Amino acid sequence: MTVTPVSADDGLRAPGGDGGLRRTLQNKYLLRLLVRRELRARYKGSLLGLGWSYVRPAVHFSVYFFVIGVFLGMDRQIEDFPIYLFSGMVLVHLFTETLHSTTRSVTGNAPLVRKVFLPRELFPTASVLVSLVHFLPGLTILLGAAVAAGWRPSPEAFGAAALGFAIVAVLGFGIGLLCAAVNVLFRDLEQAVDILMIVVTWSVPMIYPWTHVQAQAPGWVLDVYLANPLVSAVSLFQRAFWRPGADGDFAFPPDLYARAGVSLAVSVLVFAAGHAAFGRMQKRFAQEL
Amino acid sequence: MTPSIVIDRVTKNFTLRHARSIKEMSVRAFRGQSLSDRFRALDEVSLTVHQGETVALMGLNGSGKSTLLKLISGVMQPDEGSVRVRGRVAGLIDVGAGLHPELTGRENVFLNGAILGMSRTEIERKFDAIVDFSGVERFLDDQVKFYSSGMFMRLAFSIAAHTEPDVFLIDEALAVGDPPFREKCLDRIRELRGEGRTMVVVAHDIRMLVGLCDRGVTMRQGRLIFDGDTEGAARLVREDRAARRAAGRTAGAARGEGRG
Repeated sequence: MTVTPVSADDGLRAPGGDGGLRRTLQNKYLLRLLVRRELRARYKGSLLGLGWSYVRPAVHFSVYFFVIGVFLGMDRQIEDFPIYLFSGMVLVHLFTETLHSTTRSVTGNAPLVRKVFLPRELFPTASVLVSLVHFLPGLTILLGAAVAAGWRPSPEAFGAAALGFAIVAVLGFGIGLLCAAVNVLFRDLEQAVDILMIVVTWSVPMIYPWTHVQAQAPGWVLDVYLANPLVSAVSLFQRAFWRPGADGDFAFPPDLYARAGVSLAVSVLVFAAGHAAFGRMQKRFAQEL
Repeated sequence: MTPSIVIDRVTKNFTLRHARSIKEMSVRAFRGQSLSDRFRALDEVSLTVHQGETVALMGLNGSGKSTLLKLISGVMQPDEGSVRVRGRVAGLIDVGAGLHPELTGRENVFLNGAILGMSRTEIERKFDAIVDFSGVERFLDDQVKFYSSGMFMRLAFSIAAHTEPDVFLIDEALAVGDPPFREKCLDRIRELRGEGRTMVVVAHDIRMLVGLCDRGVTMRQGRLIFDGDTEGAARLVREDRAARRAAGRTAGAARGEGRG
């Protein structure tokens, strides 16, 4: 069958070609509705509602505090251990929740992805925003506790907090995009990601000080340990919210800010890679789901 | 006439994977079975639809109609060839995909409207018309999961039918609701056609298609075999159906129609 040649025409364009993150962010209204849907739908029908998003971190916190802090004596080694613990915890929770939900974001919206063309980046982006919404109450509690322990705002504290937050947000979004795309092809990933999150929780100096790694492990392990961007981010948050209120002699990892700068650069690269991979793989989403 | 949809020698292959897990894969490999099959859903299909035309896309299940619609809507990308569309595309493709059961009818109108490409002001302007058309006013603030399936489909159809795209794709959506609502849907589609929108309609009800459309396209096994008047297209589909029934009888097993 032949087609009558059609003259080149600006009005005609390839459908579905105009996706991408930029279009996602332009479509603020839809993004807002999707975030609201997530928040409303997740806890609808439960008595506690959004209160559940406080219960999980509260239980984690209590377990770590009593087992590691009191029973294992970390409370005596680190001044204001609850704040030390919590400042790392809010950030690690942000990271783990971002990855948990972005990984499922595309597969969870399979009917939509299969039937309607939307910029597919919408779904992981909405998941990241939902995680950020859940991060806010934790941050507020942290601030309250820090103030009670004698913390006062300072430019350095804000700078360190902003840098630590940026590392986690950018890295989480980047890895999240990649995981969301790969999970469409291999559903194993969502299981693997959840298990990895346990490792993440224990591989940052959140429950114990990094000096324990220095004292117990060979030098190269310490180097690997400190190369983790999340270690820098958690240290920065402790620098921002815990250190000013404590007056002991606690040393953060050497060259904290230099490492943090490198970590942020790495996070940006990871994000660029994740974004590019998602963009390539999303063409196959509709037929793989 | 200005072209609205230009499909140029489009080919689309699908890979059917028979084994997903390592266990299944090793079992199949051990038995010497193939792990996956490729099949051609669309084979060098070319079609130009002009602005304001209403085209009926006919064919048996598995002939590639739905795949073609998905390529036009941008949900899928062609392996070879190109698809070009003018203006905004929206579809009544499996209406209800965007409805969230935990949200209320009202919230769903806004969410699904935005998913189908409407802006906030546009939805607010059409809100009353959408609710009126669907006939679910009384349950607007109830969660959609408590709706009957008919109410659910009616709400979904009304939202989709009030998007005002330049190209409108309709896939089996006319099978929703009771006969009076179906009649209302057809009226709405005639109204949209009257506004000069381009439409591509897929349905199994051949008589309805012949009445609604002014051009018929028939597909058979991923190929476009007929493009002309609706009667001619319909005749070919009826022949195909008869042939398939006959084949089913000789095979002895009335396995029904194949893949959708």
